[in-house]
Amino acid sequence: MPPITRTYVKTALVYLVLALMGGVFVTLRPVAQLVPWIAAFTPLYFHFFMVGWVTQLIMGIAYWMFPRKSKQQPRGSERLAWAAYWLLNLGLVLRLVAEPALTLTPLALWSWLLILSATLQWLGGACFVANTWPRVKEK
Amino acid sequence: MPRLSVWFVRASLIYLMVGFTLGALLLANKGVFLHPLVWRLLPAHIELLLMGWVVLLALGVAFWILPRWQTKRGNEKPAWAALLLINLGLWCVIAAAWLPGYDDLLWWGRSLEALGVAAFAFHAWPRVKPWVEG
Repeated sequence: MPPITRTYVKTALVYLVLALMGGVFVTLRPVAQLVPWIAAFTPLYFHFFMVGWVTQLIMGIAYWMFPRKSKQQPRGSERLAWAAYWLLNLGLVLRLVAEPALTLTPLALWSWLLILSATLQWLGGACFVANTWPRVKEK
Repeated sequence: MPRLSVWFVRASLIYLMVGFTLGALLLANKGVFLHPLVWRLLPAHIELLLMGWVVLLALGVAFWILPRWQTKRGNEKPAWAALLLINLGLWCVIAAAWLPGYDDLLWWGRSLEALGVAAFAFHAWPRVKPWVEG
């Protein structure tokens, strides 16, 4: 298993644990009505599960197992794969900070951090697709 | 990778990018209000990423790596039908959120998706077997 895949899979496992902990946290909402920002964790819970766990696991395994691009670059560009990893995760972490913070204090800073989070995650997805597309081919 | 898997996986990569684009718009809209219609993208965002990205990728990879008979993958027609039906269904479900007069569209979309995955299961069922045939 290449180092990038190990990093993707281990990070995905961390997100799985965090997502399920988030799920527990979200269930506290009816008994913790004094904490309005708990509601902001519901979309985070879904996205930590679907992006942090499912999508990231797929990205790591696809990098490892998909058909070779060429003899010179069997797995495509290592730089693009790392870029996808950092962009996606930085975007997710920014969302974890900015989304509940915006519920607490409507500062422009949090709004712009959310936009930055959206942009980084989109770019991460684009890097993954750009690197994977040439490897999806008939034998 | 067989031709059908290439179709499944490439479609899933396209849906991933379209789904991520809608997701980015939805998230940005939480930060800075863009337009009231942006929230109506939510069903399409969910459909594109759950059915389009995750399910199509899983089926495409399953068609590629499940056990075969020598080099044969059995009856491929139901798997090709699955590709067509799931894609049609997905677009019906997405369109249903934007065409309020066409209430049947959501039903048709979900039915086509269900038929599609049933067709794939019909194809894949006999391939879920030990490597050495007894």
